[in-house]
Amino acid sequence: MTDGNKIIEMEVLRYRPEQDQEPFYQSYEVPFADDWSVLQGLRYIKDDLDSSLSFRWSCRMAICGSCGMMINGVPKLGCRTFLRNYYPGKLRVDALEHFPIERDLVVVVDDFMNKLAQIKPYLIPKQVRRLEQGEYLQTPQQLEHYRQFSTCINCMLCYAACPQYGMNSGFTGPGILALMHRYNVDSRDGGREERMELGHADEGVWGCTAVAYCSEVCPKEVDPANAINQNKMGSAIDYFLRFIRPRGATE
Amino acid sequence: MSAQTDKRQPYLRPIRGWWKRDPYYIHYLAMEATSILIALYALILLFGLLRLGQGEAAFNGWLEALQNPLSVALHGLLLLVFAYHSYSWFKIMPKTLPAIYWRGAKLPQPVITQIGVAAAVVLNLLVIVVLTGIQS
Repeated sequence: MTDGNKIIEMEVLRYRPEQDQEPFYQSYEVPFADDWSVLQGLRYIKDDLDSSLSFRWSCRMAICGSCGMMINGVPKLGCRTFLRNYYPGKLRVDALEHFPIERDLVVVVDDFMNKLAQIKPYLIPKQVRRLEQGEYLQTPQQLEHYRQFSTCINCMLCYAACPQYGMNSGFTGPGILALMHRYNVDSRDGGREERMELGHADEGVWGCTAVAYCSEVCPKEVDPANAINQNKMGSAIDYFLRFIRPRGATE
Repeated sequence: MSAQTDKRQPYLRPIRGWWKRDPYYIHYLAMEATSILIALYALILLFGLLRLGQGEAAFNGWLEALQNPLSVALHGLLLLVFAYHSYSWFKIMPKTLPAIYWRGAKLPQPVITQIGVAAAVVLNLLVIVVLTGIQS
């Protein structure tokens, strides 16, 4: 319920493929309480003003990564951005940049999902342990190596912040390269070589030009720019090692 | 294809003018643009080296050309550009490094930047002191 005192104007990007040639903004007057998120504002619009509005959401607590959107031009999660911070001005909500718009605030995520599968985002054990051999052990220090990069919620805000991805969607992009790093530096994992075939490519770490806005907008402080750029050193070393290592040799 | 998928018509927004969207992008482009002026200054220095190889008179001519008010103004501008370039270089440096641990705690990224900037300031002052020492 709202206290009914404050009303904020929300301009929402609309695109209905069956009837619109291109997106346009539609304005809504939304009464709100101080603890209302932008997502709550959108739900108010859908429930009480205009049921035709489409947007994705699920958990309302910044862990599912569904409600990424552009709020006044900045990639943010709708559920952890508050309407009060934009009052008494108005608020403009767009679909995430750099992704094709499916409908209103819903974007096509197929490219992201395909790339995610390509980097094998799971542990590929160095030596497979049988059940009776027990679990894969890891020290707290070894965990620290990748913990930060494992907190990604796949919200794709970093993709909306990355002009390189916007200009060339062939680029693997910040979030997925950070996940690649997360598995590569896990002490239990032995899949680095397999994954880095993609990591070494132009579409991999070298597609990044260190704009670093991805790290600014990340709601989970994953710091994808750090994950990607520290891999450039490793990638360069791997490149030059090829010339001195005997053919077929491994590390 | 089902009737439902027939209605899909994903709309891709144009990327043109992306850098105007956010001040962050303007800072990024300013950082990249400083590299061009730095390359230009490298050419000026290389030209000096070339003149040095051609003998004392040629080198003195190059030195004299540098005293030109236009050249002095350019040097003033380039000094500012170099300062911004150095700062932006050290600002991005922590992104290129694996985490550094100091007494069990992760070194915050701004501290790495500050160490870099401080080192650059100290080294530059040292060069100025040494050069003034040689000249006097």
